Amino acid sequence: MKVRLESATCDGFGTCAEHSPELFELDEWGYASVKGDGEVPPELEGKVNRAVADCPVHAILTG
Amino acid sequence: MTAGPVAITLPVRTCLPDAAPRWNRTAMALGPLPGTPVPLVVDRDTRETLAEYDRRGGVTGRALIDAVEVAGLRGRGGAGFPTGIKMRAVADREGPRTVVANGDEGEPLAVKDRYLLRIRPHLVLDGLLRAAEAVAADRAVVYLSDAVAADSVAAALDELGTTPVPVDVVQVPRSYVGGEESSVVRAIDGGPALPTDKPPRPFESGVGGGPTLVLNVETLARIPAIADGTETDSVLLTLTGAVDRPGLFEVPLSLPLREVVERCGGLRGDPRGFLMGGYFAGLLSPRALGIPFGFTELGAEGSGLGCGAVSVLGEDDCPVAAAADVMAYFDRENSEQCGPCIRGTAAMAGALRELADGTAEEARLEKLQGWSASLRGRGACATLDGACNVAATLLREFPALVAEHRAAPCKRCSALGATARTAPDVDV
Repeated sequence: MKVRLESATCDGFGTCAEHSPELFELDEWGYASVKGDGEVPPELEGKVNRAVADCPVHAILTG
Repeated sequence: MTAGPVAITLPVRTCLPDAAPRWNRTAMALGPLPGTPVPLVVDRDTRETLAEYDRRGGVTGRALIDAVEVAGLRGRGGAGFPTGIKMRAVADREGPRTVVANGDEGEPLAVKDRYLLRIRPHLVLDGLLRAAEAVAADRAVVYLSDAVAADSVAAALDELGTTPVPVDVVQVPRSYVGGEESSVVRAIDGGPALPTDKPPRPFESGVGGGPTLVLNVETLARIPAIADGTETDSVLLTLTGAVDRPGLFEVPLSLPLREVVERCGGLRGDPRGFLMGGYFAGLLSPRALGIPFGFTELGAEGSGLGCGAVSVLGEDDCPVAAAADVMAYFDRENSEQCGPCIRGTAAMAGALRELADGTAEEARLEKLQGWSASLRGRGACATLDGACNVAATLLREFPALVAEHRAAPCKRCSALGATARTAPDVDV
């Protein structure tokens, strides 16, 4: 599983970093970016799925 | 629900006679490269007609893609991506395929694409149609913003009559982000000329969802000579600022900048710095004069050839004021889509303005240094990278000058104020 963030869509709600701080980090204005290459370790898939489902603007894509 | 009538605002169509001047040579001189078999720049201010255009023969189809790869042609819009790889990626994918001549030229201080479209539309269309044939495209588009260029292309298409593939002209308002390839695709498909996140890139999914080859106008103008085996390793240089003769010059690739500038009429006084690649590649100190004007050589020095625009900062200019101006432009002209770019350009513009005003605290400069690194690569397009380049190169190339600005207000900066010295457009 890989995760990707649409930067033009992200509105800085920060929900992703709450659910999965291992994969998402926020800048000083609260906008998210994906750590590393976006590869999701199997043990984090549940958390990332929560982040995807809870993002209010649907800015996170997985595949 | 019944839809009401849709109001469509058509771009203003300029209609100039063949003999009408389409270039202001007083504002921007034209400097051909002597001894080039197939020149790009010719010293004329009227449109080259079909009868005047010297159409060459040469290889076609896949052999043309091979020739482009062998010639090592790199994109001239700014990114410098190898053209052959791009062509092959589109040719290898299932159609329908589209080829786009990208002549929006949003990069400030560059005029080459407008020159080629206004004065040499047949050269650009020749390159476009050859590229379309090579990748077996079903459609070709000329994407531009300049009204005179649109008229030249329309007149050239009238002269050509039928073309092997249909050629459409799409005109958009000029903007910094409008020429970014995902903006180009979006605008041709009827949307706003604003960038989208990648992937997909246009070669994967572009116009109408099909593979799309977006090539800069100058890149395409080089294809006829490559097909014919008569190409020259040259660059179209837009030289402005503190020089004797501002203009558009075709110069040999990888000649030291000092020699390039001398060939083009020389400097006016001692240079205090250089704005490279339009606004994209940031600033260089006067050491720029010793660097060969080429993709790899400038890249190795933490700068870039970009779109080939160089603006010289002269004795009355200050690199700090220039950086503040350019960052203010990015703060204004970013597409307001991505949070980090909206906030990042505003923050960096604020810090540089304080530096120019002589009020910047050490902590603010540390933040600026940090932003110039941490914001790189963020956002859907490269606008924020351009903004980071300006901040990072000012701090790297002019450390003593930056320190002086902290110690006391700079006389030049106060004289300049929040100016438009680094004017984002050139009167052509």
